Amino acid sequence: MFKATVYVTVKQNVLDPQGVAVQGALHSMGFNEVGKVRIGKYMELEVDATNRAEAEERVRQMCEKLLANTVVEDYRFELEG
Amino acid sequence: MNFAVLVFPGSNCDIDCYKAVEQTVGQPVDYVWHTATDLSKYDCIIVPGGFSYGDYLRSGAIARFAPVMAEVAKAAAAGKYVIGICNGFQILTEAGLLPGALRRNTSLKFRCHSSILRVENNKTPFTTQYEVGELIDIPIAHGEGNYYCDEATLAQLKQNNQIVFRYADNPNGSVEDIAGVCNEQGNVVGMMPHPERAVNQLLGSEDGKKMFTSILNAWREQHGAASIG
Repeated sequence: MFKATVYVTVKQNVLDPQGVAVQGALHSMGFNEVGKVRIGKYMELEVDATNRAEAEERVRQMCEKLLANTVVEDYRFELEG
Repeated sequence: MNFAVLVFPGSNCDIDCYKAVEQTVGQPVDYVWHTATDLSKYDCIIVPGGFSYGDYLRSGAIARFAPVMAEVAKAAAAGKYVIGICNGFQILTEAGLLPGALRRNTSLKFRCHSSILRVENNKTPFTTQYEVGELIDIPIAHGEGNYYCDEATLAQLKQNNQIVFRYADNPNGSVEDIAGVCNEQGNVVGMMPHPERAVNQLLGSEDGKKMFTSILNAWREQHGAASIG
């Protein structure tokens, strides 16, 4: 059993309205050192696969098909196990 | 002409769409549950608004894999009329039947009010009874209607005349004020505003009515029947 940790974020060239709002809030609180803020999603998946390469390929397909919308989002993932 | 209104868990504009069909064109219309696997009897498929699957993960992301969506793709490829309204638009973009994606509104607010649209393309079967440049009053109700596509896609949309509606006053940050687009063939249309909520003056506007009468006319012309005004 593998554990996949998937991170999905809005693409760098696409506006992230939530990130902009959080950046504004941090600035108004006095955290002026904060530059760009991006909000994303964090997902943990348990994956049953016979080997690491297979798990990696399956998770990649899951990201491409469902977990991220590659029109506006980027993804990356880590595999443990 | 047979209309289908798809119903997903969490759809909430399905009844409005059904009633709008009944009241504007008086054609047979059915609710079709998301598990249906045969849409062959329908000439027009309406994917209504709402919050299918609670908008979990992304708006439309899960609905897009419902069993009925394979049939919608088949119908679209066969040239049948498909329209996605609000969450329906989000589902059609997630399914890849329409280009682009819908992001969170730049204001982060759920915007729910009337909006003025400019008709950009009256060549789609859904818009033939409008004039290009006509201003119509169609309400919006969404938190994620901020249309995005990359530069290359935008150039393509313009070149193929796929931008169907633009907002007169951009409420959500959409690229180029885009409120609705169609596929290259023009038989699949998606829009964030709700024409089904603008079919009677009692609702504040009847400017959405012509979308329904346009589609009936398009179908009748295709099938050699008399058209209506």
